[in-house]
Amino acid sequence: MNVAVAKTESGRAVSDLFASAEGRLPGSPAVVAVRREAFETYERLGLPHRRLEEWKYTDLRAMVGEVLPLAVAPDAAALSRAADAVKAHAFEGARKLVLVDGVFTADLSDVKALPAGVSVTTLRETLDKTADLLTTASTDAVISLNAAMATDGVVLSIADGAQPSAPVQIIHVATAPSASAFTRSQVRIGKGARPTIIESFVSAGASAYQVNDAVLVSIGDDADVAHIRLMDDAPDAVNITSQFVTVGANVKLNYFNMTTGGAVSRLQGFITFAGEGSELSVNGVNLLKKTEHGDLTLLVDHAVPNCMSRETFRAVIDDRAHSVFQGRIIVRPDAQKTDGKMMTRALLLSDEAEADNKPELEIFADDVSCGHGATAGALDDSLLFYLRARGLPEKDAQALLIQAFVGEAIEQIADDDLREHVIGVAERWLGRRS
Amino acid sequence: MPAVQETVERVKRIDVDQYRYGFETLIDSEKAPKGLSEEIVKFISQKKNEPAWMLQWRLEAYRRWLTMTEPTWARVEYPKIDFQDIYYYAAPKPKKSVASLDEIDPEILKTYEKLGIPLREVAMLEGIEPKVGEQDPAQRKIAVDAVFDSVSVATTFKAELKKAGVIFMPISEAIREHPELVQKYLGSVVPTSDNFYATLNSAVFSDGSFVYVPPAVRCPMELSTYFRINERNTGQFERTLIIADKGSYVSYLEGCTAPQRDENQLHAAVVELVALDDAEIKYSTVQNWYPGNSEGKGGIYNFVTKRGDCRGRNSKISWTQVETGSAITWKYPSCILRGDNSSGEFYSIAISNGFQQVDSGTKMIHLGKNTSSRIISKGIAAGKSQNTYRGLVTAHRKATGARNFTACDSLLIGDKCGAHTVPYIEAKNSSATFEHEATTSKISEDVLFYCIQRGLSQEEAVGLVVNGFVKDVLQQLPMEFAVEAQKLISISLEGSVG
Repeated sequence: MNVAVAKTESGRAVSDLFASAEGRLPGSPAVVAVRREAFETYERLGLPHRRLEEWKYTDLRAMVGEVLPLAVAPDAAALSRAADAVKAHAFEGARKLVLVDGVFTADLSDVKALPAGVSVTTLRETLDKTADLLTTASTDAVISLNAAMATDGVVLSIADGAQPSAPVQIIHVATAPSASAFTRSQVRIGKGARPTIIESFVSAGASAYQVNDAVLVSIGDDADVAHIRLMDDAPDAVNITSQFVTVGANVKLNYFNMTTGGAVSRLQGFITFAGEGSELSVNGVNLLKKTEHGDLTLLVDHAVPNCMSRETFRAVIDDRAHSVFQGRIIVRPDAQKTDGKMMTRALLLSDEAEADNKPELEIFADDVSCGHGATAGALDDSLLFYLRARGLPEKDAQALLIQAFVGEAIEQIADDDLREHVIGVAERWLGRRS
Repeated sequence: MPAVQETVERVKRIDVDQYRYGFETLIDSEKAPKGLSEEIVKFISQKKNEPAWMLQWRLEAYRRWLTMTEPTWARVEYPKIDFQDIYYYAAPKPKKSVASLDEIDPEILKTYEKLGIPLREVAMLEGIEPKVGEQDPAQRKIAVDAVFDSVSVATTFKAELKKAGVIFMPISEAIREHPELVQKYLGSVVPTSDNFYATLNSAVFSDGSFVYVPPAVRCPMELSTYFRINERNTGQFERTLIIADKGSYVSYLEGCTAPQRDENQLHAAVVELVALDDAEIKYSTVQNWYPGNSEGKGGIYNFVTKRGDCRGRNSKISWTQVETGSAITWKYPSCILRGDNSSGEFYSIAISNGFQQVDSGTKMIHLGKNTSSRIISKGIAAGKSQNTYRGLVTAHRKATGARNFTACDSLLIGDKCGAHTVPYIEAKNSSATFEHEATTSKISEDVLFYCIQRGLSQEEAVGLVVNGFVKDVLQQLPMEFAVEAQKLISISLEGSVG
């Protein structure tokens, strides 16, 4: 195993960084001990590299090299840029919770106007009392690094039975160039609640920054949840997000991620069914160009019987971009009557584009129906010809076909307004392309 | 539900105890001392009267092997192998130098007879004509190279093949008689440094088959090798090298069995195929090594490296495998599609029962233009077995027009087994068109009900469904093998005596 390689340049840089950042990291002495331990884990493992199976296609050691120093507190000018960015990316009618360079910014957030049944605190506040939010079962290096360095985050709770009148949007804004932000949030959804949650990652004029986010989501029985993520970072930014989702019984979860920017983006989702009768629809779209690298890694763990999961993923890859989809469905020994399907398709618009798909099934129960499909290819010439014969310019014809292609994933979004919003983002991307 | 329960019960009962080839042949054999060292490598080379270059090749591989570690990425679990506790060379003790089949130890011949291997070409030689209406005689002719423990004991039909210009002989003889061909191609597809087990094989391989089909020759008969591990504590390391020169065609069959023993035995073979311009190689395997008993004790560790290189334009390599045996299978017959317009195929049935562990699949590496590949994999898991399909399809930048179709389906019988699919699909240019689909399910109760309602017994119904499930692959096998394979499938799963 090559895991324990000698310290790289980046490894050393980080240890300096941790020492210098330690004073600025919130938390009681007990929290500091947890952080130090997490950091030691990270230091031992280093940045993930291609020899680790889960990171085979996203070699952070080669692509990122080193973790940048922690961002300093934003000044007034940065805050005003952040305010503009928030305005531009806000979802209409949503209550905003804004993190600027990894720190919760109440002035830009709608803390006072939260709908009934929704309450918010920050990670910073909880760390004064407990380190619980910093511990996860994962041994992944980037998650350990996140635990060590997390500066702030949103702790959001939706009360049992609550049907919030407005969506809640968590917006991560980057204003500091060449710096990194570490955030860790928690979303607790009570029994029978029906919330809509949006997460956005945007840049306010910053470039070459790094984001390392972790979100712990727990969903109570009978809840009906819409969860949308929009990763729209600066073209030279790095964004690694880890999400842990625990799903109760009879839950409906409609989950969608769209990546439209970032030199290196990765969302790794670990979704576990903890109660029977739940239905999960997890969908994603990667729209990549230039030398962007987008990775969606999803693990759906059918730990209990009688659950259903559907995964639909579409990637549109232009120029020399690289899209990765790693989907894994695990069906545990007693999870009978599991119904799991996964479909991933990649559209390559350029001869130098690359699509890597790894749809895995790991099945230990017999009374199941599981399947996956994967395709990769170019736009269908005969369809293009059909459209052009009817007078559409080539770019428009392409755009129409691409829209239809990603539409198969986007239309899985149940909420009409959210779907329209996402279609708008996709259209803007297509517009920029031509 | 009771219907299904019945199947599960039956599968439980039949188990791997039904291994028909578990007998042991008592013959004198000559063994090298246990363990592995440069001396053993030299000993093997000397035993084989090998030229100096071959010994050098082996020693280089051995030194390389010392620096390597065992791969651990496959979904298989087994206690660590003590590589010093294995005999690396075992040969039936020769009574004298063997000039004809009659001089081979009758015990060995009996073994092969029991296995049903047509070693004796007696009928053919005596000119018994088949009656009108019987099979075409050409179809019944199969040239066999039989490998007993470490050495090849008999190769049949040599004369007739020679007439066609086909070279078919034990690789140990080929090293002496056709050094130019062996030197040119050996290790050119699976280099000595390829992986842990291939490197080990390169150092200690003792025999195997060598085939060379000259340009524009269609090999007049099926070629076949039968591998048999007989000795206790031995590892079998055979090496097969098949070269199809321009415009030629050859179909090659491989079968394997071993006695029933409590300890695990290692089998680490390497197979290299080279297809030049317009050539085609069809390679079929029925692997039925001893799978261990019902408690998972004993059985063969089958760690095999098989790779074909479509080196020429328009060349084609087709792998077909029926995997029913071995305690652990770790095997990925692959195609390197180097020549433009070349194509690769992989058809596989992998059946696991008892405590068997299978991690098998293929790699299709598209390098040339307009290359195509097709993967059909059927995994059937029963008992407490784990059955994994692991496959890679990749098209490089310059492999424009690459096409792949993959279908891997798994069937689960019983709730203690596992079926897994791990495909890697890498498209690096836009004109590559890849399609992949996989499903996992149990035998549909509706289908079973339909069959039973029409008067089939539970067992027949399951047999029918399973055979339908694997039909696509069975059709790819040569006739004789298809029959054998069908029998094997029923033995492995249904408990009825085949």
